[in-house]
Amino acid sequence: MASRIVRAAAALLLSASTATPQRTGAVAPAMAEVRIEEFRFTPATLEIDPGTTVRWVNRDEELHTVAFVDGQAASPALDTDEAFSRRFDSPGTYTYRCAIHPHMAGTIVVR
Amino acid sequence: MQIRDDAPLLESPATSRRGFLQCMAWAGTGVVWSVAGGVLSSRSLAAPGGGGSGGFSFVQISDTHIGFDKEPNPDPVGTLHEALARVNVLEPAPAFLIHTGDLTHAQKAGAFDTLAEALKAARVGERFFVPGEHDVFADGGKEFLARFGAGTQGDGWRSFDWNGVHFIGLVNVLGFKSGGLGGLGTEQLEWLEKDVTPLSASTPIVVYTHIPLWPVYAEWGWTTSDAPQALAHLKRFGSVTVLNGHVHQVLQKVEGNVRFHTARSTAFPQPPPGTGPGPGPLKVPADQVRHLLGVREVRYVQGTGPLAVIDATLG
Repeated sequence: MASRIVRAAAALLLSASTATPQRTGAVAPAMAEVRIEEFRFTPATLEIDPGTTVRWVNRDEELHTVAFVDGQAASPALDTDEAFSRRFDSPGTYTYRCAIHPHMAGTIVVR
Repeated sequence: MQIRDDAPLLESPATSRRGFLQCMAWAGTGVVWSVAGGVLSSRSLAAPGGGGSGGFSFVQISDTHIGFDKEPNPDPVGTLHEALARVNVLEPAPAFLIHTGDLTHAQKAGAFDTLAEALKAARVGERFFVPGEHDVFADGGKEFLARFGAGTQGDGWRSFDWNGVHFIGLVNVLGFKSGGLGGLGTEQLEWLEKDVTPLSASTPIVVYTHIPLWPVYAEWGWTTSDAPQALAHLKRFGSVTVLNGHVHQVLQKVEGNVRFHTARSTAFPQPPPGTGPGPGPLKVPADQVRHLLGVREVRYVQGTGPLAVIDATLG
């Protein structure tokens, strides 16, 4: 993970010199994935570094959502194989639920 | 928690006994449920006097999930129409229809329109609605209230009287508590307390809401966290009937003077509590799905007393 961040930072510096937004976007950003499967978020708690984008993918046949307790933009209803992403820049603990099945809960911890 | 078989049975001449709830039992949560077969229950309400006049019936439909398009029922509009066809042959005609929520499947575009159009086919005098979580999760209930909330207060709760019976529609899908349980909230509870204060203890009470007001299966959110406070306000009444949806199957419980009845969906069944990974559609063969979908008729006969809760399946 650490080496990837270093590489990403180096690539960012390089892309800054060429100054095209496309290039910046193409740099492998810090990504993490949460699976929505069998009415669970897996992993239920995910620790990430600031700046990481978390992508939730619904592997169930049932609709699910990702709705944050902090009131930030929630996902729409995600059908099978649909995904939702949110980037986390500030350290903290972010809890979320499926708004349709609120017994399903998960936590993102930004170090 | 006490679970008991309900008897005696009451036959409805307008609905076939075939296909009614079969005996079922399961163990998986430390609780064994046992529901007697046949028509569900009848009971005496406090007779307010006045002889046999003033009786009426109404119907409950639930969890129409318009917009759902998967197995085991990709055509919930079709099964809704089948359910309404059953309503339309009831004699005498039901005074009104109560929909206990999840009109739509996740507020899919056009689903409220489709439902409203389909319900025009119902030969009932009036229609009352409470939302399910599928109807409100995206916009906090804004569209639902604008379209189906006429005459309600707060987030959509209301009460009305019908021939001596006091009806209370509660909304428990806008205040989810930790653990994902349904919630009524302080404002609604205060309203409820004031609403029932002037009523005599002999007034029959019917409460309708989406999520069960009793702990059907908390691990799936199949209960309402502050239901005990609501039920405390109803404790002094001689007869309270609680109708809800959400769990897509008929379950019942008797606790003191309160009878709890969960209802079938018109769209798709869900598994028994705690069976399988979660509360999603229960996949059953196409030729069996109608045995698990249904409508409910509730009859009240003033004076002679019985308020009968009669569940019928679509197949």
